Amino acid sequence: MEQSFVLAGFGGQGVILAGKILAQAGADHGLQVTWLPSYGPEMRGGTANCTVVLSDEPIGSPVVDNPTVLVAMNLPSLDRFEKTVAKGGTILINSSLIARTAERNDLQVLNVPVNDIAVSLGNSHAANMVALGTVIKATGTIPLELIKSAMVKMLSHKDNAELVAVNQQALDAGYNAV
Amino acid sequence: MSVNADKMVRVFERPRSLTDAQFSYCPGCHHGLVTRIVAQTIDELGIQDRTVIVAPVGCAVTMYEWFRCDGIQAAHGRACAVATGIKRVNPNLIVFTYQGDGDLAAIGTAESIHAANRGENITVVFINNQIYGMTGGQMAPTTLVGQRTTSCPDGRNAQLAGYPIRFAEMIAQLDAPVYVTRQALYDQKRIMAASRAIKKAFQCQVEGKGYSLVEVLTNCPTNWRMSPAQSNSHLMDEVVRAFPLGDLVDRD
Amino acid sequence: MAEAAICAGCRAYFGYPITPQNEILEYMAARMPAVGGAFVQAESEVAAINMCYGASAAGVRTMTSSSSPGISLKMEGISYLAAADLPCVIINVARGGPGLGNIAPAQGDYFQATKGGGHGDYRMIVLGPATIAEAIEIVMLAFDLADKYRVPVMVLSDGMLGQMMEPIKLAEPVDPGLLPAKPWALTGASGRRPNAVTSYAMDPRDLNRINTKRQTRYRQIEEKEVRYRETETSDATIVVVAYGTVARIARTTVKMARSQGIKLGLVQPITLWPFPYAPLRALSNQVNTIITVEMSAGQMVEDVRLAVCDRAETPFYGELGGLVPTPKDILREVQRNVS
Repeated sequence: MEQSFVLAGFGGQGVILAGKILAQAGADHGLQVTWLPSYGPEMRGGTANCTVVLSDEPIGSPVVDNPTVLVAMNLPSLDRFEKTVAKGGTILINSSLIARTAERNDLQVLNVPVNDIAVSLGNSHAANMVALGTVIKATGTIPLELIKSAMVKMLSHKDNAELVAVNQQALDAGYNAV
Repeated sequence: MSVNADKMVRVFERPRSLTDAQFSYCPGCHHGLVTRIVAQTIDELGIQDRTVIVAPVGCAVTMYEWFRCDGIQAAHGRACAVATGIKRVNPNLIVFTYQGDGDLAAIGTAESIHAANRGENITVVFINNQIYGMTGGQMAPTTLVGQRTTSCPDGRNAQLAGYPIRFAEMIAQLDAPVYVTRQALYDQKRIMAASRAIKKAFQCQVEGKGYSLVEVLTNCPTNWRMSPAQSNSHLMDEVVRAFPLGDLVDRD
Repeated sequence: MAEAAICAGCRAYFGYPITPQNEILEYMAARMPAVGGAFVQAESEVAAINMCYGASAAGVRTMTSSSSPGISLKMEGISYLAAADLPCVIINVARGGPGLGNIAPAQGDYFQATKGGGHGDYRMIVLGPATIAEAIEIVMLAFDLADKYRVPVMVLSDGMLGQMMEPIKLAEPVDPGLLPAKPWALTGASGRRPNAVTSYAMDPRDLNRINTKRQTRYRQIEEKEVRYRETETSDATIVVVAYGTVARIARTTVKMARSQGIKLGLVQPITLWPFPYAPLRALSNQVNTIITVEMSAGQMVEDVRLAVCDRAETPFYGELGGLVPTPKDILREVQRNVS
């Protein structure tokens, strides 16, 4: 089994953190994992993406030609990565910000308004967690509970019980959106 | 007058922290005086067995061979960084650098200033002879305006080469240094004062107080093309006008 | 890598911020004081390497890290470390160059690391990890080799290794107090003759003797310390040679090629100096083609060609400017050379 995720969006949309949580949860699940970031030159507002590989065997390349899952948080990300996704893979489209759907018809396409869902929970910054919840359900590789505990671990250096609570709701909401 | 050898009292001797090796300085050069004063200070403070010498690139490059102390030869200008590394991993050692004007105030400006600014608990002995001695008498950052050197044969032109750097004053602007002073050696009184200053600077380190710098105005008869006596007059009449003597910082 | 250094008994770190290696500096800033070690954020890479020179001379396991432009500045200090026979570990998280270049992963510093960089007749052991797990082992090894041979050792990684994450297991920490004594260290001349750490020898006959002795040590390193990793080479008809990040990517290419019936093998030099000439020479009698893949315009390939001579074809494939070849990119090169 090997799954590879590309999570892409504007800087500040939290795709880097979502990828880290996914990688941490994968490791907690006993899998081999790699997490590889690719930043734009700016810390905020530029494009950002990261690649997460989960495998039950030692991972060769952390650089992936054809990911099995794409999380596209904005249109440039969909434009850039849609063609690369492996046949039979999954594309999550953030329909709150992306007006079109996928052109591919040889894979699973999920149009989910992750920003709107996050706003309805009271925190637009939790859109990344909504998206993560959705792809976890769609791929079925990692139990949601492990994602939640990994999220708590990743945010443990901050004093933010409130943020953790919102993120948990967001993960649940994303998980139940499909 | 008859002499009774049994009753003679020894009033002057070679410092015990020096080896029998001969200094490689030119005749009449003040370097020998400063090196000797440092050795005497090490004797007086009883720190020979825990002192580490950081030798520069310059006329004192083999200084570690003259002392019964551990020593290290640093790359040109880097002595204060090397001293930082030693002192930080073994604060019990007494670490001093001995650097000329080119080493400390040109190529090593950054290392010299930042060690002072961090307040490293080290002692810096700064030999300011206004010239590059070892490489054959080129212009130094401290060369006086109008002074002839092999790389400013018509005299230092301030329009092109700026003015002599008063390094002790620069260091004195910082908050961390404990003791910063400028001394000279052109007469006996000055030599005694410089000895006291160097001892005080080492004492600061021994007591864990922090960074100290002793800038010593010295001569270079060879490259100044003067006799030692002429060079002393030049220091007294000209050099001290550009580089005023005295303590600049004393937080001791 | 930083924690591996602490595990290895490193108790002095000096560095200067530069992307993409700031993580090491920041980690050491927090961790070094906790283990009673020395940490200084230096005013420059030049100062940092010279602080290493001092701390190493005082007998402590010492490390610095930087990225390509900063490593250029450290070259003076590295020459002095080599010349004064001081151990020190230097991590280069290499990035795109020359000049300011960019902060993407690259392998353009191979020549600088393995063929000198600084002035004078010296060598530096250079180790190239491909994964974070390897990097952990290699950093521990680097400290042991540095002490054993009294040489600077460089861990040549790249921006990809510097920024990625994967789970690792750390080794048992070494107690610095139990490491072999260093009788040459500057600890104060108490009850013994003074020690001098220097690279200066005015008399050419002295310098000749000192340098010749050091070269003898280098020959020992070449004899005993060559390390490399072969993957699927026993029945290979074509081989890729790659180090660091590229080697890891090529491992995936080997799987892909094998699934298509191409008997592809991989040689990953782990010591870039000393370079594994012998195993490549042996393979050159077995296969027709040895492809070198690097994130450079072709540097290690010169060593591969020295090993292979004319016994096999030695094509080169490189990506420049911080681009990282993917497994498919490498496969394409392999296919081109098979047909």
